[in-house]
Amino acid sequence: MNMENLILLKTVCTHYKVELSFFTHLNEIGLIEIQIIEQSPYVREDQMYDIERMIRLHHELDVNIEGIDVVFNLLEKIDDLKKDLIATKNRLRLYEN
Amino acid sequence: MAFIDYYKILEVDKKATEAEIKKAYRKLARKYHPDLNPNDKEAERKFKELNEANEVLSNAENRKKFDQHGENWQHAEQYEKASQQQQQYQRGSQREGFEGFSGNTGDYSDFFESMFGGGSASGGRGRASAFKGQDFNAELHLDLNDVFTTHKRTLTINGKNIRLTIPAGVENGQIIKISGQGAEGANGGPKGDLYLTFNIENHTNFKVDKNNLYSNVDLDVFTAILGGEITANTFDGKVKLTVKPGTQNGTKVKLKGKGFPVYKKEGEFGDLYISFQILIPTEITEKEKELFTELSKLRTI
Repeated sequence: MNMENLILLKTVCTHYKVELSFFTHLNEIGLIEIQIIEQSPYVREDQMYDIERMIRLHHELDVNIEGIDVVFNLLEKIDDLKKDLIATKNRLRLYEN
Repeated sequence: MAFIDYYKILEVDKKATEAEIKKAYRKLARKYHPDLNPNDKEAERKFKELNEANEVLSNAENRKKFDQHGENWQHAEQYEKASQQQQQYQRGSQREGFEGFSGNTGDYSDFFESMFGGGSASGGRGRASAFKGQDFNAELHLDLNDVFTTHKRTLTINGKNIRLTIPAGVENGQIIKISGQGAEGANGGPKGDLYLTFNIENHTNFKVDKNNLYSNVDLDVFTAILGGEITANTFDGKVKLTVKPGTQNGTKVKLKGKGFPVYKKEGEFGDLYISFQILIPTEITEKEKELFTELSKLRTI
């Protein structure tokens, strides 16, 4: 098992002062993916950016885990819409001038 | 350095209670939090202001100082010295239960630093800020010709030179994330990221739609009627085109693979669409007029 890009969840909990249950709940709802290796839970390093955002939303804005799911879905939609808007604006240039 | 009215920023009255300030701060922070407004500079600025206003107004000692000196903050120095010792005690003890927000906030205003000193006025800005560095946003202005081929470019971001590979086919308005090129992380945390927005100006005769290019080619009336061979410009050269007899104005021809490079797909190109614009002569000689008249008499349909 390649452990290079994995972070022990316990380390994350200590570092961010967050209960382990927060992450297990995120895992249950499908927002993060926890891997169990030799009975210890790990998260992938590439998930840390989103995990940090989730911690901030939870602690700083009092958003519960279901709320975080909603926020992430909406942010994803906004991102898609922004991309569509850029594509539409670029296409509009075809008909201008 | 301008006076900042922290009450106005939190949209509360000067007589607002601690609870009202907390409520106002939380409401506005939910609106402007950087995690909910990614890449929004205006929201980031507002959020910084909110944090600063909250640092002052949620702390009884700082609020008192702000209320007393307010717009005459420049004379607050004496007060500062007298109450410094007391404040240090307060700073260490008043944060329990209500921490400021973090996000990627950055520095305080000059006004704040002048009145309350360089650091946090009340001890800490939340837990997450201690880790990842601030994300940077930058805009890169390029010409369409520049992004026809993949090339390297050195950018200076916040005084630091960054060597980047700009992939061919990058689109106007496209944002790419360059990991680890933001501000240094706090307490050994990872660096922030750089979000680079491409602003691509097109000064060519081609119009662009993703990877496809569009251009107009003038065609004289005789070639349009009789057909023939012409030379047309592509983005990086010229091609010979066969024009069919009886070509109508606005007829489009597709030149496969002569469009713009496909982003991050080496060797793949879009198509070039050429529209023929038939030029009707505006000035003709007497002889030509005679011939056209004769031709028109020959036409029965």
